[in-house]
Order: sequence, then structure tokens, then C-alpha cells
Amino acid sequence: MLKISLDKLDKLFEAISASQTLYIPVDREDGAAEYKKYESGMKLSSALNTLRSAKDFFFPQTENLVDFKMEGKNIEVIDVREESEDFVIFGVRACDARSFTILDKVFLAEPVDSYYKNRRDHGTVVTMACARPAETCFCGTFGIDAAAPEGDAACYSDGESLFIEAHNEKGQKFIDSISSLLEEGDTAKLEAVRAKTREILKKLPLAHLTTDNFGGDKLNEYFNSDKWGELSESCLGCGTCTFVCPTCQCYDIKDFNTGHGIKRYRCWDSCMYSDFTKMAHGNPRLTQLERFRQRFMHKLVYFPANNNGEFGCVGCGRCLSKCPISMNIVKVMKALEVK
Amino acid sequence: MQEAMINRAKQLLADGAVNRVIGWKRGEFAYDITPAVFETAEELEKEFVYDDFTAANVSKYLVKESKKEGKILAFLKPCDTYSFNQLTKEHRVVRENVYIVGIPGGPKLDAEKIKAKGITGILGVKNENYTLKIDTVYGEEIMPFYEAILDKCATCKSKKHVVYDELMGEEGDVLDSNRFDMVEKLENMTAQERFDFWRDQLSKCIRCNACRNVCPACTCEKCVFDNPNSGVENKAPADSFEENMFHIIRAFHVAGRCTDCGECSRVCPQNIPLHLLNRKFIKDINSLYGEYQAGEDTTSRAPLNDYKQDDCEASIVHERGVE
Repeated sequence: MLKISLDKLDKLFEAISASQTLYIPVDREDGAAEYKKYESGMKLSSALNTLRSAKDFFFPQTENLVDFKMEGKNIEVIDVREESEDFVIFGVRACDARSFTILDKVFLAEPVDSYYKNRRDHGTVVTMACARPAETCFCGTFGIDAAAPEGDAACYSDGESLFIEAHNEKGQKFIDSISSLLEEGDTAKLEAVRAKTREILKKLPLAHLTTDNFGGDKLNEYFNSDKWGELSESCLGCGTCTFVCPTCQCYDIKDFNTGHGIKRYRCWDSCMYSDFTKMAHGNPRLTQLERFRQRFMHKLVYFPANNNGEFGCVGCGRCLSKCPISMNIVKVMKALEVK
Repeated sequence: MQEAMINRAKQLLADGAVNRVIGWKRGEFAYDITPAVFETAEELEKEFVYDDFTAANVSKYLVKESKKEGKILAFLKPCDTYSFNQLTKEHRVVRENVYIVGIPGGPKLDAEKIKAKGITGILGVKNENYTLKIDTVYGEEIMPFYEAILDKCATCKSKKHVVYDELMGEEGDVLDSNRFDMVEKLENMTAQERFDFWRDQLSKCIRCNACRNVCPACTCEKCVFDNPNSGVENKAPADSFEENMFHIIRAFHVAGRCTDCGECSRVCPQNIPLHLLNRKFIKDINSLYGEYQAGEDTTSRAPLNDYKQDDCEASIVHERGVE
């Protein structure tokens, strides 16, 4: 496998950013990691994951869809779409990498979402294997191997070098663009590091969580469960879980009146919000119980029902650490399973 | 304390003095505790928890819970009693439907502070004489207790319960806290520095509304920002300045009513020190209208709802604005 010494990471980032925009996770002043556009001198964060997920790159929190300009009785429709520039997201973890596959099933299915596709086509996802998973991690539940992440290309570190391998054409193109910095490396030590990570993954408190009792055929069983009341009783109805989630993909489309025209934009929506899917007739989910249930039914039942059994969760653990009242998909799964 | 609380709760349930208990429920890990309502002795024994991580203020839940049938037992920490009193003052809770047992408060721990030390794979946290022994999948870690306490506890204003039906443990005093230190630091900045500080902080906002939804002073039936008919409803910023305005407007709305319980900053997923906006108002109210602590009592008139001839003039805004 090709490798580069870890102390030459700066050179690697300089080389990538010379030809296209590069985003890497960096440490913020408050200790949290977030993706930033690479500038000389920036250091790659050693945090397990970024506070916000990487979905923003393909599905930003807000984006303009179209503008309308009004003059007298004429309305001019202005297409605001622009071809995205090429960019690389470096250091994506296995969970977030899988989330793109899940988002693809929503946005790249017919009718294709051209806004999403534009960014997806131009973005190269370079993943990074995990070495120190946290207690909140449960990617294994969804068949994800944190020690062997997906993505266009993947990186592994053995503590001395960074090994890179391509998974597809886009990844190969990426490696070709930096090949002058890379050399052939011995992966013996790397295998040991991987094996160690997999050992740790087995010891994590959520290692035994399975999806065996969930899926598209469990609709009636769980929709009518009497557990939802207790599970949702202290839910604040905030949008934290949905906004830090790498797979939550619901959005709202709204018009912003600029005074002399309209900006039609879309923004992330949250099923936790009281006006979620509000329509002309009113709102189909009037209580927090129903809205809360929607989030988990979507991930554990509706999504697999419509997507060949694929679940709408990647086990990144963000909602586990960020929910203000510490209610989350793991607690929901465990509670629902108990008959 | 936890054991004594469970026993007292079971007793009150058995006597029929209350039919429900609001407290905290054990999680998957040491720290992920959820506020919960318990109805039976079995539930209490199985899941009720009160420890270093039970930081959540349960007062706001009583807005709804106190309107249900029967009486609910609420275990309130000193800071939570200020929130409850303020809610009573605003006629948001039905006082007679709540049986309040005052319990000793923090300092409570912040799991994020432990994780910020690079400690991960946490399996258990033990407090041994104010040294935290943290069991992890990577081995045991040790850190001082006080380095892991919540910011809101580091600037605790009072260990005294301002409302209760009975007390468990020792009663404390109102503290001479250092809570305005950071506000003073911000006041001493130049306008540009202060502007940059807040732009930097507030630009992190993801508009999840956790601060608003957890806030015991935010109990409007329908927030104007959630109402599609209000004209200002928005789920996302139309521009980067709107987030800033959202928080400033919210701080104005709770000014004089915010008890400084610190929940807004505790729950912010982006670690924005939102409480500093509220504290600025509290400090200003103290200096312009005389010392006032929201939630301290249920009868006094709040300075911003009251008129006195010697109130400061509106021109104070201009006078203070001069650099």
C-alpha cells in the first residue's frame, strides 16, 4: 500500500489544496473538532469525530434553490445553480462515510436532486480508519467496520505513517494527484493496529446492539408500542439530534421575501419541531410523542422498508453525547425490544 | 442521598401524598441521565438515580406535570427552586399540585469536560474524595473532580432552597459568586472586540433551539419563531446575522425573569456561552434598579415590570454606549 510519513502531513495537505479545495477536521478553541477549509499551518484534529457530521458538504443546512424577481406583472425566474468546484473532504470516519451512501439513496433516486448531485459529483471523500473508538460508538451494529472505512479512498495510520488506498476511480485519481509524495510501504504493522482496533470495538459497551429485531416488516409491532409515551416524555422537542445526525435528511422549502423578489431556499427540517410537515390541512403529528416516534420509526422501520433493508443510522453516537436529556436511538431500540 | 430519596419517594407514594415522582433515570453510561416521571416503587428502585451527573433542571417539566391529576413529588436542587419559584410567580405551574423536596445540589459533572481531556471509551466514573477514577476500555484514567464540573456549577450563585415542602440534607447559603467576572471582562472589551467575540460564538449556532426549549423562562405556548403565521418564523438563518439576533432577542425576552440556572449553556451542542447574555442583563438590572434575583420569591414586582420615580432614564443606553 502507498504511504507517507505522518510528519509530512503538511506537505500532503499543501499538495492537495494546490489543485482543489481541501477540508480537514481541525480542533476548535472549545476542544470540539469541525471541518475547515484547509489553510497553510492548519493541524489535523486527533478527535475521534467532528461535532457536526460531514453531511453539510453535500446537503448544507441552508441553500438557495431559485430566485424570483418581480417587476410589475412579470415574474422572472432566476436559476441560481452553479457548477460546484472540485473538493476533497479528508479524514471522514467510517460512520460518516456510510451516511453518504444513505443520503445517496434519498437524493440520487429518481427524480435526482441536482443540487445534491452537483456537490456529490465534485467531492472526493477520503476516509480515515478509527483507532480510539468511544463508548458512544455502535457503527458495528449497522455492519460498518471502523477499522476499514468506505469512501473514495481510505487512510490508515500505524502511528508512523499514513497509508492510502483507493476504492474507486475517483479515489485513484486523488492518489495519482499526490503520488509524487507517496512511497510503497510495508503494511505488517498496520495489520496489527487494525486488529487492535477491532479488539477494542468488541469491548465497547454497545458492541452487542443488533438490528435483528428491526426492519421494514416491524411497522405495526412498533408503531403501536406503548413504550413511546415513556420514551418521549422528557423530550424537549429541540432539533439537536436531527441536526448533528449524519443521516437525517428531512428539509423544508421556504420563500424569503427580499422586498423586491423572492429567494426560495431549503433548510434542514426536524421531525422534532412542532410545524414539521405542516400542510394546508394542518399538522399530521400533533404531539411530541408522534414526532419523537417518527424519528425512530423512520430510521429503524420506514427507511429499511423502502431501501432494501438498509437502516437510517450509522451508529456515530453524536445524538448519544449531544441530546440535552440523553434520550437516543440506543435507548429506544433497547426499550422497544423488551416485550 | 440517592437511597434516602428513593425511600422517601416510596413512602410518599405509599401514603398517597403524591401519585408521581419527577427525578432522573439511569442511562447506558455513567453520565447520560434522562429526566423522568416515576409512578411506582418498582420503577424508582430500578431506575431512579441521583448522583454527580444528575444536572438537568426538572422545574420546567412541572409546567405540564402540575396540571395533571394528582400531586407530583419533585426533587429540586437549590438552583432548580429559583426556576420553580419564578414559574409560580408567572402562574405557569400549579404550586399546590407539587410536593417539593429540596435536595443538596452540585457541583455536578460535565461529561464533555472529561472527554475534552482525551478520555474516551468511558465505562464508569467514580468520585473518590474529589478525584475522579474513570474506568475506560483503554484502562483507568484519573482527573480532579473540580476540573470536570459544569460551568454553571463553577459559578454557583446559591446553595439555598428558596421554596420547598421539606428538605433533605443540609441547607446552604446564598453564595458570593464569581458569576459576573466574565461579563465584566466582556464589558471591558472595546465594542469591536465584543462584537467579534459574539459573532464568533453565535455563528456556531445550528438553530436546534435546545437553549430555548430547555429554558424555564421560555414557556410560551407557541414561540413566535415556531409560528408560521408570525412572519418571523424560521428554521434556518436567511443570513448569518439572523442567528445572532435570535439569541439576543431571546435574552431580551427572558430579561428580569431568567434566574441564571445555566441550562441554556449546558445543553448547547455547540458550546456557546449563552448564559453570558442573560448575566449581562442580570448585572445591569442589579446596577440600574437595585439588587434583584429572579425566582428568589413569588410576590415582589420585577424591576422591569415596575415603575419607580427614581428608575434610570432611557438615556442610559446612549450614555453607556459612548466609548
